[in-house]
Amino acid sequence: MSEVQNFKVTIDNITVEVAPGTTILNAARAIGGEVAPPAMCYYSKLKDSGGKCRTCLVEVSKGSEKDPRPMPKLVASCRTTVMDGMEVKNITSEKVLDARKGIVEMLLINHPLDCPVCDQAGECDLQNLSYEHGSEKTRYEFKRRTFEKEDIGPYIQLHMTRCIMCFRCVYTADQLTDKREHGILERGDHAQISTLLGKSLDHDFIGNVIDVCPVGALTDKTFRFKNRVWFAKPVDAHRDCPTCKGKVRLWMRGEEVFRVTARKDQWGEVEDFICNDCRFHKKETKDWVIEGPSVVDRRSVIAQGHYQGKVGMVKEQPRLIDQVIGKAPKLLMDIHSISDVNRPDVDLSQIEGPAHSDDFEHNK
Amino acid sequence: MKLLLQNAHIEGIRFYDAYRKNGGYQSVEKAFKMSTDAIVEEVKKSGLRGRGGAGFPTGMKWSFLAKPEGVPRHLVCNADESEPGTFKDRYLMEFLPHLLIEGLIVSSYALGSNATYIYIRGEYAWITDILEHAIAEAKQNGWLGKNILGSGFDCEIYVHRGAGAYICGEETALIESLEGKRGNPRLKPPFPAIQGVWMRPTVVNNVETLAAIVPIINMGGEEYAKIGVGRSTGTKLLSVCGNVNKPGVYEIDMTISVEEFIYSDKYCGGIPNGKRLKACIPGGSSVPIVPANLLFKTAKGETRMMNYESLSDGGFATGTMMGSGGFIVLDEDQCVVRHTMTLARFYNHESCGQCSPCREGTGWMYKILKNIENGQGKLSDIDLLWDIQRRIEGNTICPLGDAAAWPVAAAIRHFRDEFEWHVLNPEESQRRNYGIAHYADPLPMVGVV
Repeated sequence: MSEVQNFKVTIDNITVEVAPGTTILNAARAIGGEVAPPAMCYYSKLKDSGGKCRTCLVEVSKGSEKDPRPMPKLVASCRTTVMDGMEVKNITSEKVLDARKGIVEMLLINHPLDCPVCDQAGECDLQNLSYEHGSEKTRYEFKRRTFEKEDIGPYIQLHMTRCIMCFRCVYTADQLTDKREHGILERGDHAQISTLLGKSLDHDFIGNVIDVCPVGALTDKTFRFKNRVWFAKPVDAHRDCPTCKGKVRLWMRGEEVFRVTARKDQWGEVEDFICNDCRFHKKETKDWVIEGPSVVDRRSVIAQGHYQGKVGMVKEQPRLIDQVIGKAPKLLMDIHSISDVNRPDVDLSQIEGPAHSDDFEHNK
Repeated sequence: MKLLLQNAHIEGIRFYDAYRKNGGYQSVEKAFKMSTDAIVEEVKKSGLRGRGGAGFPTGMKWSFLAKPEGVPRHLVCNADESEPGTFKDRYLMEFLPHLLIEGLIVSSYALGSNATYIYIRGEYAWITDILEHAIAEAKQNGWLGKNILGSGFDCEIYVHRGAGAYICGEETALIESLEGKRGNPRLKPPFPAIQGVWMRPTVVNNVETLAAIVPIINMGGEEYAKIGVGRSTGTKLLSVCGNVNKPGVYEIDMTISVEEFIYSDKYCGGIPNGKRLKACIPGGSSVPIVPANLLFKTAKGETRMMNYESLSDGGFATGTMMGSGGFIVLDEDQCVVRHTMTLARFYNHESCGQCSPCREGTGWMYKILKNIENGQGKLSDIDLLWDIQRRIEGNTICPLGDAAAWPVAAAIRHFRDEFEWHVLNPEESQRRNYGIAHYADPLPMVGVV
């Protein structure tokens, strides 16, 4: 077999070589940093996912070396494969940033914005996305659509009101289970995710729908309202699990394990799916072999605890403004500077035991 | 000139005997003597453009069909005619079912489809029976089944009823629905010509397109191309509704002007009660509405003709589209705001809910339009509507997002003063629209001829 010729793609004036068949999104992720478009529905581990949320739209300013015509519309980068010599504009394109802003606004019009009571707050993709691309105010003045909370199984609660219809959980359940039990009812803006006639989801790995959910629509009932994620310290741990690899992330406060999740990579995707036993039943420190503090992306809200130097927090990438011709993207709102609770001068790793809100008081 | 509806008036043409007596199934006899490539070539020469709305050349679509060894191919007839204002396929299937069957047999032979499907919308329940009866008759007389006319070609036609969703008229959603799944459009590529029904190469064509194959084979592609103007060849069925004296289905050869079509007695016969024309939607609800002054003359001052090029002259700023041929005429009493709201409600109801701009945006537009219509609107709402439609258009998986955005955009573009009048005079607009009192139109009738 002859050697496969790699394709050269240029994304925001940065050229990268990728294998044929790679999507634009994955090529951009290979470059990393701000060039990678946000993805709310695409999940590299799930077959057929992507293309639905439209947040990853990019402008293709040159189709390929052979056919240099630009593509007429913005394309979903998660499902469009690269061609040799393709030129893509992501954050350098006004059009893309404008479309993305519109899509964030539309994703939020029926979202309850109950972040203060939502368990996902702090690690929510939609929250990050709207900080980065959204506007401060909504122009939507109508009643938001709401649904009843639904228990789909002993461990998972579905709060459909928060759902953004990314279909990730549907693909997860479809691809894990033999029988299709989880799907969409109705259509349009009253579409809803549900199980067949309120049946519960039952599978050894079904807890993973919680991890793949980009928002707080599917939450862990063993963790609901127990703690804010940014007060818990993420720790990598493992155990000998007969069903899964057993590599997990523990969310601890002091000695207490508040919840167990799978390890997520820098794109917010699960590295290895974990089984229900690890996730819901092993909630004691003695069950686990602790490896050390987790590497957390600085951009997420959870990273506010200032672990730098001591633990492996991702070093902030140099900004791309120098390399990028055109308009610089809107800066991610610096959560450290605006929050009263999370004061930047308080170093969490200096505090004995679990952090408490008293530690952040202004006049301490 | 009539090619499709030539025999529609003959009694009993719905049934096989009368149809055959009047020259039916001749094209099958002729086509089975030709090679499949020659038929595709004829269709290419004819310049036939898809009659479903987009106007993509049919011959080109057919030649894109992948032909891998050992993989069955399929032809699917899109009879899911759900566009508000369009009912031409219904007429064709109801009165001339054998014409469709004949076109399907020829096309199936040309494309090598042994199992051909008619995907018909659920609301056309009685037409399903008509078609099934026609298929049974054709089968009895040897036009379907195994080894048709001794050519060694087998073909079966199956009628599949949809459950009544507008989105299933989009070809990939139709394919999903035909497979028994939820009718959500697929992402393209891969196009259906490569991976369609059950991941096999598939061609999806409109009813009228497939019926037009019959005259093309009968008279030859070049002869067919002589009818019409430029790239708008052949005849087109138009279903006229709204404020005209003679609504119904008309067959035109695309050489007449829009003015003639509306006012001549041969076609629509003018506007009833001596009313003036206000606006028109010439191609089904999703194409942009045009005011009367731009309807008869293009922005360049040329007479607007009833064909693909002339109707889309000037782009969306001053033009519109041929679309699927649902010709909706509005007279001076009609309220554009209310009309746009009705369309927005339709698209909100029919959005599949898969991709976010369309799912959330259509509902938002409907709610804003409802507010304006009910006299609770603000002037800023009009700009907001414009902004929403701009962000829906082109950012969705399938054309439903565009179809929802275009009518709103065009209504604001051409009738912004009417929207403003609605916001500023809520009570009067209520009275007018609910018929409590008839008011002379308070606006200077810029668009009215």
